[in-house]
Amino acid sequence: MRNNGILRIVARFLIPLIMLFALYIQFHGEYSPGGGFQAGVVFAAAWILFALIYGLEAALDVIPERAMYVLMLIGVLIYAGVGVAGVLLGGHFLDYRPLLDDPQYAQQFGIVTVELGIGITVSTVTMLIFTMFVQRRADSIRSAGRD
Amino acid sequence: MRSRDLFTSAMLFAIYSLLCAALFAVLDAGDVALTEAAVGAGISTILMLAVLALVPRREAEAVRSNWPALGVVILTGSVLIYATLDFPEFGNPDNPVQTHVGPYYVEETYSDMGIPNMVAAVLASYRSIDTMGEGFVILTAGLAVYALLGTRRRKSKPASKPASNPKAAQKP
Repeated sequence: MRNNGILRIVARFLIPLIMLFALYIQFHGEYSPGGGFQAGVVFAAAWILFALIYGLEAALDVIPERAMYVLMLIGVLIYAGVGVAGVLLGGHFLDYRPLLDDPQYAQQFGIVTVELGIGITVSTVTMLIFTMFVQRRADSIRSAGRD
Repeated sequence: MRSRDLFTSAMLFAIYSLLCAALFAVLDAGDVALTEAAVGAGISTILMLAVLALVPRREAEAVRSNWPALGVVILTGSVLIYATLDFPEFGNPDNPVQTHVGPYYVEETYSDMGIPNMVAAVLASYRSIDTMGEGFVILTAGLAVYALLGTRRRKSKPASKPASNPKAAQKP
C-alpha cells in the first residue's frame, strides 16, 4: 500500500485527526462520552493505520517495541500509584479525596489520572499485539522462503 | 447466515459490531456505542485480519456431527430460556436495577465530583477497583500474546541454523 498515492495523502490528513480525537475523548471523558479504553483503542488504531500504509518498520521508528513494554507497565502503575497515594495520604485504596483539598477537584484529578493510565496501557497493548502478529507473519514468510 | 470463508466471517462480524454501536447510540448509551465502534468494529477486526494472514483462509470441513455437543447446547439454551420467565417486567421503574444503587449515582454524582458524565464517575471513581482489574486484564492479554508469539520468534532464529547446516554438509 506504500505506493498508492491516494491512500498516502488521505492517511496523512486522517492520522493526526484520529490522534487528536483520541486525545479529546481521553481528556474530555468526564464531560462527554469517552474514557481511557476508547481513547487508547482509537490512538492505537491511528498508529496501526500508519503501520498499514507506511510499513511496520516506519511505525516502530515512531513508537519502538521496547517503549510499548515499558509504557504498558507504566499505565497500570499510574493507576495503582494513584490508589497507593490515597492510602499514604490517609484514605482508603483508590480513595481520591485525600489527594487535594477540595473534594470535587480531588475526584476529578483522580478520575483524569487513572483514565490516563488506562489509556496508556490499552493503546500500547493493542499496538504490541498487532506488532507481534505482523512480525510472526514476516517470520513465517522468511522461513518459507528459506526452505 | 453461514460462511466457511473466514475473511467473510470477519467482515460480517465487523458489520454486526457497527450495527450494535448504532443501536447503542439510538438508545442514548454514548459511552457503550463509542466502545463498541472502536473496539468491536475497529480493533477486533484488524486483529482478526492479522490472524487471518497467518492461517488458511477457509474453515476446515467438519468430518462428522457431534451429537453430545448439540445436546449440551439445546439443554443450556432451554434452561436459559426458562430462566427468562422469572425476569421482572421490561422497563418497569420498580425493577431492582432501578432501585438499588442506581438512584444514588444519578442524584449524587454531580455534588460528589462536579462532573456531568455519570459513566465516567462510576467507572473511574465509585467502581475504580473494577476498572483497575480491567486494566490488569488488558496487560495480561498483552503479556500472554508476547509469551506465545514473542519468544517463539527468538527461538526460530537459532533453530534455522542447524537446518541450514545439513544442506551445507551435503554440498561437498
